[in-house]
Amino acid sequence: MDLDGVYRAEYGRCVATLTRLLGDIGLAEEAVQDAFAVAVTKWDETLPPNPGAWIVTTARNRAIDRLRRESTREARHAQALLLHQSDELEEVGPVRDDQLRLIFTCCHPALSPLAQTALTLRLLGGLEVPEIARAYLVPEATISQRIVRAKKKIRDAGIPYRVPDAAELPGRLASVLTVLYLIFNEGYASTSGELLRTDLCADAVRLARALAELMPDEPEVLGLLALLLLTEARRPARVSPSGELVVLAEQDRSRWDRELIAEGHALVRRCLRRNRPGPYQLQAAINAVHTDGPSTDWTQVLALYDQLLAQNPSPVVALNRAVAVAEVHGPALALATLEHLDLPGYHLLPATRADFLTRLGRTAEAVAAYDEAIALAGNETERTFLETRRARLASTNH
Amino acid sequence: MKQYLLAVQLDESAPPESEAAVQAQLARTGKVTDEMKAAGVWVFVGGLQHSDASTVVRTPGGTTTLTDGPFAETKEQLGGFWVIEADDLDQALVWAEKCSLACEQPIEVRPFDDGSRRR
Repeated sequence: MDLDGVYRAEYGRCVATLTRLLGDIGLAEEAVQDAFAVAVTKWDETLPPNPGAWIVTTARNRAIDRLRRESTREARHAQALLLHQSDELEEVGPVRDDQLRLIFTCCHPALSPLAQTALTLRLLGGLEVPEIARAYLVPEATISQRIVRAKKKIRDAGIPYRVPDAAELPGRLASVLTVLYLIFNEGYASTSGELLRTDLCADAVRLARALAELMPDEPEVLGLLALLLLTEARRPARVSPSGELVVLAEQDRSRWDRELIAEGHALVRRCLRRNRPGPYQLQAAINAVHTDGPSTDWTQVLALYDQLLAQNPSPVVALNRAVAVAEVHGPALALATLEHLDLPGYHLLPATRADFLTRLGRTAEAVAAYDEAIALAGNETERTFLETRRARLASTNH
Repeated sequence: MKQYLLAVQLDESAPPESEAAVQAQLARTGKVTDEMKAAGVWVFVGGLQHSDASTVVRTPGGTTTLTDGPFAETKEQLGGFWVIEADDLDQALVWAEKCSLACEQPIEVRPFDDGSRRR
């Protein structure tokens, strides 16, 4: 591993530990950055045996130096805190807890969703501001402002560094899982521009893996990781060599990542044994069915969607369920289930309706639905896909 | 220990409540205040008259002018508030939830400036 690799792998862990030692995210980041600057000059060819511990120790010493030069009350307080810490920084337990605490702080629901995402990618993912800005196609100044404001709010409003207690945990964990899910989704089906921004997918998977390691007893955490792995596994087949979107039924299954699928399936089995199904576990189970054997068992998928809809009666779930209904009971019944769905601005609703209408031979209505979907589609690849479908329809029937 | 303002955001354009409803609400908010006192977090509580009873004093260039009515013409006005002491925002949010349930209005949670914001 080179210095860049160490940075990406260790940055979050080091900032988390220094945040505990210093009681302030800003000071912690400065100290860790100082330490990496020292590492650039000192590490030359060979890395120390435990680079993360080296960075933490150096950062701590740098922080003490820095605080000695400052004379504010806050600096003296932080310095006293630091000097009284015993030298047990490499212990696994507290370091893991540090990271977990920081995850919950970054994803605190008192912060805006974009701030939660940006902070998580910056502090835990070790991404630089320009990388985050590029990933979300927003100006660097916007991201940097959000991060600065969020860190300030954490300090000024007294957002704590701690893992929520059992009573609060379900709600707060949901917020953490949402952030990781949204990061992955933004990478997978970005709202604009390119269809796949794989870096964000990889970052989300990496963070979900870390969370699953930290909270191995939370089935929804395992469920989220399984869902991301099973979705990620199909990525190589999702876009054709010429850059066109390929629907599940037409995907070349030999291009799926077998290793990720095996890992995802093992996680789903672990969740099944726990028997505490939640939305992420159910979505993972649906994806496990999709990736099991040569074709999808739609009856099983529909049963899982029924369960998911009962837990989470949202129009998006109902829309996805309709696709399974079409496979099991035919497009007429599926079309009827779409009637009352209210999803303004969501291109997949008219796109799905167009597909059902096509299968029912109601061509004129299908064309109109495709037109509606094309107008709403956010990225070029999806728009091209819909235009191709619409063109095929027009040519066979007129 | 930090101090937090729990401010009741009152929609003054909503139709007035019945006397019985007002009394029931006062009983509920009073219970929350008692709970705060028992927990040792309570600092202050007060309900406010509607904003049409307010007057704004301005002193531009040393000249005093008075304006009838609230500072800003918005639907949401400060209806009343609690001040509590809490370890962190999470604790304050737990109290804010109780307050919101009791008065059936949104509660804005705002930390007091304790002089620590220098950067």
